[in-house]
Amino acid sequence: MVYYATLMAKVTQDATGILPEIMAGYEPVIGLEVHVQLKTATKAFCACSTRFGDPPNSNTCPVCLGLPGALPVLNKRALELGIRAALAIHLNVQETSRFARKNYFYPDLPKGYQISMYELPLATAGWLEIEHDGQTKRIGITRLHLEDDAAKNLHEGFADSAEKSYVDYNRGGTPLAEIVSEPDLRSPAEAYAYLTALKQVLLYTEVSDCNMEEGSLRCDANISVRRRGAEKFGTKAEVKNLNSFRYLQRALEYEIERQITVLESGGKITQETRLWNVAAGRTEPMRSKEFAHDYRYFPEPDLLPVRVSAAWRDEIASAMPELPEAKRRRFVRDFSITPYDAEVLASTRALAGYFEGVVRAGAPAKPAANWIQVELLRQLNDAGKEITESPVPPAELAALVAKVESGAINAATGKKVFARMFETGKPAAEIIAAEGFGQISDTGEIERLCREVIEKNPENAAKYRAGNEGVFKFFVGQVMRASRGQANPQAVNDTLKRLLS
Amino acid sequence: MSAATAWTIPEVRAALDTGKISARELVKEFYARIERHNGELNAYLALSPDRAYAQADRIDAAIASGDALPPLAGVPLAVKDVISTHGIPTTCGSRILEGYRPPYDATAVTRLEHAGAIVLGKTNCDEFAMGSSNENSAYGPVRNPVATDRVPGGSSGGSGAAVAANLAVVALGTDTGGSIRQPGSFCGVAALNPSYGRVSRYGLLAYASSLDRIGPFARTVRDVAAVMSVIAGRDPLDSTSAAAPVPNYVAALGRPLTGLRIGIPDDYFAEGIDPEVRQKVEGGIRLLEKLGCRRVSIRMPNTEYAIAAYYIIATAEASSNLARYDGVRYGLRVPGGTLIEMYQKTRGRGFGTEVKRRIVLGTYVLSAGYYDAYYLKGQKVRSLIARDFHEAFEKVDAIVTPTSPVPPFRLGERTSNPLQMYLADIYTVTGSLAGVPGISVPTGKTAEGLPVGLQIYGPAFGEDRVLQLAHAFEQAGGAEL
Repeated sequence: MVYYATLMAKVTQDATGILPEIMAGYEPVIGLEVHVQLKTATKAFCACSTRFGDPPNSNTCPVCLGLPGALPVLNKRALELGIRAALAIHLNVQETSRFARKNYFYPDLPKGYQISMYELPLATAGWLEIEHDGQTKRIGITRLHLEDDAAKNLHEGFADSAEKSYVDYNRGGTPLAEIVSEPDLRSPAEAYAYLTALKQVLLYTEVSDCNMEEGSLRCDANISVRRRGAEKFGTKAEVKNLNSFRYLQRALEYEIERQITVLESGGKITQETRLWNVAAGRTEPMRSKEFAHDYRYFPEPDLLPVRVSAAWRDEIASAMPELPEAKRRRFVRDFSITPYDAEVLASTRALAGYFEGVVRAGAPAKPAANWIQVELLRQLNDAGKEITESPVPPAELAALVAKVESGAINAATGKKVFARMFETGKPAAEIIAAEGFGQISDTGEIERLCREVIEKNPENAAKYRAGNEGVFKFFVGQVMRASRGQANPQAVNDTLKRLLS
Repeated sequence: MSAATAWTIPEVRAALDTGKISARELVKEFYARIERHNGELNAYLALSPDRAYAQADRIDAAIASGDALPPLAGVPLAVKDVISTHGIPTTCGSRILEGYRPPYDATAVTRLEHAGAIVLGKTNCDEFAMGSSNENSAYGPVRNPVATDRVPGGSSGGSGAAVAANLAVVALGTDTGGSIRQPGSFCGVAALNPSYGRVSRYGLLAYASSLDRIGPFARTVRDVAAVMSVIAGRDPLDSTSAAAPVPNYVAALGRPLTGLRIGIPDDYFAEGIDPEVRQKVEGGIRLLEKLGCRRVSIRMPNTEYAIAAYYIIATAEASSNLARYDGVRYGLRVPGGTLIEMYQKTRGRGFGTEVKRRIVLGTYVLSAGYYDAYYLKGQKVRSLIARDFHEAFEKVDAIVTPTSPVPPFRLGERTSNPLQMYLADIYTVTGSLAGVPGISVPTGKTAEGLPVGLQIYGPAFGEDRVLQLAHAFEQAGGAEL
């Protein structure tokens, strides 16, 4: 047993560099459990603010501090957001769901139990489509249930942190939805795509702000491997603490290799909970004390069963925004843009709204799509700005696109004008007029136009040379017309005078 | 007129209205009496003179300026120590909450103070309301004022004793399996356990959330009704409080009993009941018949499972409700080398034997693999018992039983056998499981002069009928049988 443990430790450490052909003989089976903080103004069961970053323990009350005798009252808005999320991922919202108590001791859990739906979740049996390798795949979603978040233990940052830990209860009681997928994901990349698609839907529906840094989107993974072609799932490990997209992918890659290595060396996978160690770049088993819980679930007697009427559910459904998938399809269909462009432009509701704003203001869809993707997104990215902060409003971009499309200015000039628009926030026409972007100042081009006009009008040239200065205006007018009004008038004057003298 | 401390609510009001006494003087009288008797009775754990005199002065000022007085103006009130009171120590009779002063008031307390009542202090009880004799308090037992070698009942023993000994006009208690009605019976006062959901539990330090209720103790049924009229009703802070309209319970008292059918579960008088108790309760039933009630024999076939179901459900919930007493945020903390050690030491020293027994029992019945066999089965039995009541109330208007099978026993007499103590809850736990209201009213005394209680059950939210019966019974001399 000691030997085995040592071997396992070694295997754990060395779980890299396994041969690709051996890896290829296995198929990973992955399911994700995603926790999202619901974007409510107040907590799940009391009226305290959910604002992030306030001074520690300032957003607390007897209820979320778990003071003796205080009772929870469900935040209706949290329930509504849960229903909206459920509908967005095609789950069946249950007429009756029920909160239970999940009992365990921890300082960040002031009641000694978490209030969480268990036997009767809010919604069951849905799906979400992911795009991966040019393929569309439907990932099953088992359930969505509501619960309250734990507080935050602070082990660092205080003068006496060596001896003491502190607890900040501000986060405690924030409403969460837990969304559990079926074990339908077959690679870390698919898991990544699933989390991406899920986040997109949750952002679209404004259920959560999905900010991973602030912990409003968190992810655990259940993962096992099996021989390719095998039907039975392997023994799974649960990997916790996957709090960024990058960690999710890396942890899964690591864990797949680790499990294959164990199996290849004749070992067995232990069903256990593992933690992603960010610094070490590997998963590690949690100490048994940290997870060996019998949660002793039972129905929460302080709350009535949750009833969602069909009428209310339908009302929420009818107020639902267009979802990413539908938007992408519509963009391709109505605007004849490519599926790739549609995917980029529909990636957020704000960007899609911007695009539609440009089109609505009269710009043709295809160039509008290009201008947004090439110029606008690059400038925003460089400036570290969100689309909602764009200094160029959609109508102004539309005006610029119209000028380029009509040939009033050429594309290269258009880009320069756009850069100035982005910098100054001024409309295209103003920049073109004030900064001479619309004028031909190229002396060679102007001279060519002047010569042409003089050659075509020898009589008037002779009149001028004979002292009739009145015909000079005629020549200026002709040159301006030939340049469609874009020649720099001063340059035209100078050039004509020189050529006619 | 009798001594001020013996007054009922209408007597207090009359005295204030006529200027016979001021609210401040009345409070002073009560504190003087508490000073004299609490040493022996141990009914109060904490007094709140600052708050009491401040409230008394508000009442006196209102009288002086001729303002209309609220319904309970100047009524001295005792509050069981499992009910949260802002700034006043609230210990649940437990070491683990030593020094805890809540930052908020229970809804029932808020409503009573708003109605003019004066909180004198907090009353002793079995630790976390777990017990039937008040011997489980970490701060010593309460003595029964009727016979000080006897227990006052429990768990609301301090509230029962305070009212019986004129240390308060009315008191709040809590009842989970009989903890209002049984001490009411033992102390010879009227004590109502309202329907589940009738009175907000917000601020009641939970023992078993699906069973816990707050209710009044008083020396008259009319006073119980007056307190109920104030504390009953929907509270947005308690999701389980009911929206059912609140009748004027006092106004309902005078109605005649003619034609009311009272159900008597004959099995309840067969075995295990003290002969004197049986005799007094049967006498009480005959009195109700004289008052116009019709006696109907009924069966409550699932009663035999009630104690088992109760001790599964109540302890399961308790094991969860008491998890928050971990030494992290308030109350007692016994330092330890690790977090787990701090939990173990804090809870090991903070909780008494009976509380630990129930936490262990409750933890066990909720454990993986045992949940179905115990907790789930307990819930099924609970449904059957509720059905027993429901079916009975199709045939009768009220059910009459003894409150306790025994009269008040001596201190220490029953502490060695917890199971025997549990079994004595039989007449009260059924109503607790069913969620129906039940009142205990005195029905005479034993040869030794010990009070016996008669329990009247009504259908859910039928407090008005229960009070009507109890009031008529009391007015007809029920206590002197």
